[in-house]
Amino acid sequence: MSRAGRIGETVLSVEGVSLAFGGVNALQDVSFDVREHEVRAIIGPNGAGKSSMLNVINGVYHPQHGTIRLRANGAWKEFHDMDPHEAASMGIARTFQNIALFKGMSVLDNVMTGRNLKMRTSFLEQAIWIGRARREELEHRRAAEEVIDFMEIQHIRKTPVGRLPYGLQKRVDLGRALAMEPQVLLLDEPMAGMNVEEKQDMSRFILDVNDEYGTTIVLIEHDMGVVMDISDRVVVLDYGRKIADGTPDEVRADQAVIDAYLGVAH
Amino acid sequence: MTDLSFFFEVLIGGLLAGIMYSLVALGFVLIYKASGVFNFAQGAMVFFAALTFVSVVKMGVNFWLALLITLAVMVVLGVSIEKIVLRPLVNQPPITLFMATIGLTFVLEGLSQIVWGSQPHALELGIPDVPMAWLLDTANINISQFDLFASGIAAVLVAALAIFFQYTRIGRALRAVADDHQAAQAVGIPLKHIWAIVWAVAGFVALVAGLMWGARNGVQYALTFIALKALPVLILGGFESIPGAIIGGLIVGASEKLAEVYIGPMVGGGIESWFAYVIALLFLLVRPQGLFGEKIIDRV
Repeated sequence: MSRAGRIGETVLSVEGVSLAFGGVNALQDVSFDVREHEVRAIIGPNGAGKSSMLNVINGVYHPQHGTIRLRANGAWKEFHDMDPHEAASMGIARTFQNIALFKGMSVLDNVMTGRNLKMRTSFLEQAIWIGRARREELEHRRAAEEVIDFMEIQHIRKTPVGRLPYGLQKRVDLGRALAMEPQVLLLDEPMAGMNVEEKQDMSRFILDVNDEYGTTIVLIEHDMGVVMDISDRVVVLDYGRKIADGTPDEVRADQAVIDAYLGVAH
Repeated sequence: MTDLSFFFEVLIGGLLAGIMYSLVALGFVLIYKASGVFNFAQGAMVFFAALTFVSVVKMGVNFWLALLITLAVMVVLGVSIEKIVLRPLVNQPPITLFMATIGLTFVLEGLSQIVWGSQPHALELGIPDVPMAWLLDTANINISQFDLFASGIAAVLVAALAIFFQYTRIGRALRAVADDHQAAQAVGIPLKHIWAIVWAVAGFVALVAGLMWGARNGVQYALTFIALKALPVLILGGFESIPGAIIGGLIVGASEKLAEVYIGPMVGGGIESWFAYVIALLFLLVRPQGLFGEKIIDRV
C-alpha cells in the first residue's frame, strides 16, 4: 500500500496554543493536527517557534493558552501540565537537536533506556535480579537489538556513545526514541549539521521508520529542501504564528512562506 | 621477621584498611553520580546507622532482625532526605545543595543522640579482631581476621552494586539520569523515583560501613569524621566512579600505612592521620578529575 493510503484519522491535535516567556511571545494561537501514520513537518526561519512547539508537545513547556489532545487506544486525552516523563508514558518519544544521549553508556544501553517504560519488574526484584527481572531484561534486550539492526548500528553496539561521530550519534538518538515504540515520534532538527550524504541517509531512515513501524512522525527542520521531499503535510511558523499549512507543493507556492524565507520589501 | 614479610604485612594491612575507607566513599559516589550532590552528611548517616543498630540490639532484638530494622530505618531516612531536603532545592546551584547537606549532618548527629543517647557503644559482629593463625604460622605475616572479613563484605557489596548498575533497568536508569536529566525524562524515566532509590541505596551502604567501622572503633560520635577520610579517596578515585572509590581507598590505605612505618620515624611519627591529604593534594595538581573521573573539557 502506498504511504498516502495508510494515513488515517487525527491522532494529535494542537488547538490555539500560545506560549510566552516574560514579554516574548514564542507561540501565538497556533493550531494544527497530525494524522495517523503521516510525516508532519513544522518548518520556519530561525526563531519562528519550532523548538518551542515541539517542547510544548513533549511537556517541557506548558503553554499559557490552548490545549493539546492526543488519541491513545481510541480515546482522546487532553493535557495541560504534563511533564516529559508523562508525555513519554503516553507514547510521545523525541530526539534532540543537540543530541542528548547518555554519553558514558554504550549504544546498546542507550537504546535499552528507551525500553524503560515497557519494563515492569519492581525495584526489589531488580535488586535481587532473579527470575522475572532477568527474563524481562532478556526479552527487551531482543527488542533493542532489533532496533539496532534496523538503524544499522550493529557494529558499534558496545561503543560508548560519546566516542561516536556526530552522524552516528544522531542515529542512536533516533534508535533510542524508536525503542520506546512511540505512538508519535518528535524529531528535533534531525538533519541539523549534516552533510548532503548524511541528510539522505537520515531521510531514508525517517521514511523507513514511518513505513515499517507505522509510526506517526512530527519533525521540525530549518532547511526546507529535504523536508519537502519526505513530508506529507507541512506547517510553516514565522514569529510564533502559523502562516501556512498544507502539502509541500501548496506551501512552496504560498506567498507568505516565500516572504518569510526570503524577506520582503516593506 | 624478615624485612620483606614485614613490608607485606604493612602493605596488606594498609590495603585492608583502605577498603574500609572505600566503603564510606561508595556512599558519596552513589549520590554524586546520580544527582550531582556532594552529600556531606554521608558520615553522619554512617554514624546514625551504626548507632541505631547497636541500640536496637541492646533492646534485646535478635541480630538479623535488628539488621533488617536498621536497614528499613536507613531506607526511610534516605528517601525522606530526598523528599524533604533536596527536592525543594532542585535546580539550585550545587553549592546550595552542598550547604543543605552540611546542615543535614548536624541534624542527623543531634537526632541520633537525642533518640539513642550519646554514650559510646561496643559493636560485636562475632568476628574477632585477631591475627589469622595459619598466615602467622606459615608466612609470619600478621593480618587481622576482622579486616579480611570486612574486605570480603566490601567486595560482595561492590560486586552487587556493579551488577545492579550494569544489568538492570533501574541501574541503567540511574546511569542515564547521571548522564543527562533532560534526555532521561524524555525516555520516560521519572527523576524523583530515581533519586529516592539512590538515597535509599546510599542509606544501605552507610549501614554496611557503619557496622564495619562501628565494630572496629566502637560506635561513637567520632564515626562521623570518617567522612573526612573518604575525601582523599574520592579525590584520588574520582567522584563519579565506583571502581575509583575502591582503587582510591586501596591507595590511601596502603600509602598511609607504609608512610607511617617507613617515613614516619624520620619525621617523628604520627603522619598516618594526614598523609592521605598530602597525596590528595598532589593528585589535585596532576590529575584533578581523579583516576577514573570524567575528564573536564570546557568548550569555548
